[in-house]
Amino acid sequence: MSEAAVDDLVTGVLDGEHRALARTITNIENREPGYRDLVSALHTHTGGAEVIGVTGSPGAGKSTLVDKLAKTYRDHGHTVGVIAVDPSSPYSGGAVLGDRIRMASNVGDMDVFFRSMSARGQLGGLATATGDAITALDAFGKDRIIVETVGAGQNEVDVVRTADTVVVLVQPGSGDDVQMLKAGILEIGDVFVVNKADMDGAATTVTDLREMLHLREGSTASAAGHHGLGSMENDSNGTGSPDDDDDDDWEPRVVETVATDGTGVADLIDVLDDHYAHLRETGELDRRERTRYAEKIRQLLRADAADLLEAEIDRHGGMDALVDEVQARETDPYTIADRIVAPIAECVERERERERKRERERK
Amino acid sequence: MSAGQEQRTIRCLVAKVGLDGHDRGAHVIARAFRDAGFEVIYSGLHRAPEEIVQAAVQEDVDVLGISILSGAHNTLIPKVIEGLEEYGAFEETLVIVGGIVPDEDREVLKEAGVAEIFGPGTPMQETIDFVRENVNR
Repeated sequence: MSEAAVDDLVTGVLDGEHRALARTITNIENREPGYRDLVSALHTHTGGAEVIGVTGSPGAGKSTLVDKLAKTYRDHGHTVGVIAVDPSSPYSGGAVLGDRIRMASNVGDMDVFFRSMSARGQLGGLATATGDAITALDAFGKDRIIVETVGAGQNEVDVVRTADTVVVLVQPGSGDDVQMLKAGILEIGDVFVVNKADMDGAATTVTDLREMLHLREGSTASAAGHHGLGSMENDSNGTGSPDDDDDDDWEPRVVETVATDGTGVADLIDVLDDHYAHLRETGELDRRERTRYAEKIRQLLRADAADLLEAEIDRHGGMDALVDEVQARETDPYTIADRIVAPIAECVERERERERKRERERK
Repeated sequence: MSAGQEQRTIRCLVAKVGLDGHDRGAHVIARAFRDAGFEVIYSGLHRAPEEIVQAAVQEDVDVLGISILSGAHNTLIPKVIEGLEEYGAFEETLVIVGGIVPDEDREVLKEAGVAEIFGPGTPMQETIDFVRENVNR
């Protein structure tokens, strides 16, 4: 992508051209050269959208619910962007992205921008790509952005964590679903939706859920609520005393819906609005955004550093040759790692020394 | 990341347009495309031309494959192509048609902008190769 092409796309997205937005997301997905400049230019125009992540096991009714959510938001006069993430085949790399079929309520309405994305087997990269796609939709001016994904693993969990509000979808009567919730999804949900609430066993599932959420409150408490910024956490902007903390904590809510006929969708939207208001009032919105950006910066750094190291591995004769040495017991993995990192560390050290020297001279 | 640049993933919309409820062919082609490593978006049945345009534009597909068995291709397909032109998406979208199209209509469709028409019995590999060789970007 040339610089002019990037400029054109940015102008197009800001002017509300659908094709420019679509093309921007494609560039992001393909990691096209220049996509970074594109996302950088769009970043300053973001911050207007509420982002909702929807996850749940296959068949729980995510796409149908997202369709109804989008429709209801449209009825309220909001514009909507949807990113639906589907897994891709680890063998062929191909994928059938089927969520679009369920978007029956919004066909012909260009103010619902629906985009299917596939995981493309890039571990960790998916969250980066969806995050960047959200940036594009946000800069385009979408009021609500919904990210939908199967809640099947770390990848997906990372994806929904790019959202302000995380909705976890559960279907009644399957103990498996509640099992799945134990595996870490329970902690990330702000709102739990028991979909297909007209089915047998819905009441039991609601009770089970409430019980588990209660346990969560008891044990993991605030630690799970505030995804820590790690070493970059700024304690001064106040997690406050434990007492404050309790008031600030959002108690996850359970909502019942029947997505196919739209029952409960209005309630769900009320709860989503409540949660967003809560996030804003408590400053949690800010904190989550900070956490997100910190994670994103780290992620980019890791990826960039990995690329740099990959190139260094090639310079040292390629991975195969290095493994040969280790296998022949001529050397060991630690020595190899040192050998590859040492020159880089040296460069950095030299750069630091130069900086210190400049500092000293200025004084 | 570098791998993505070497071989760009081809995105494809497989669409059923109009009053035509037969989608076995569309399913088979969607599957074959997937196995060929394409990303396939399936439109579902009974779509209006505008809906297909909306999907093709938003999904930014390289290939739009329209399956049509109803005989209404001469009215519906030009409408889809006009819609793509409206959004400036036609130039870069490879439009192919599969299904029952009488010989005398083939030229009409090709003039309207369809790149190729694949009738019953076309070997799957032929369609896949055609797509690989002809995607417009």
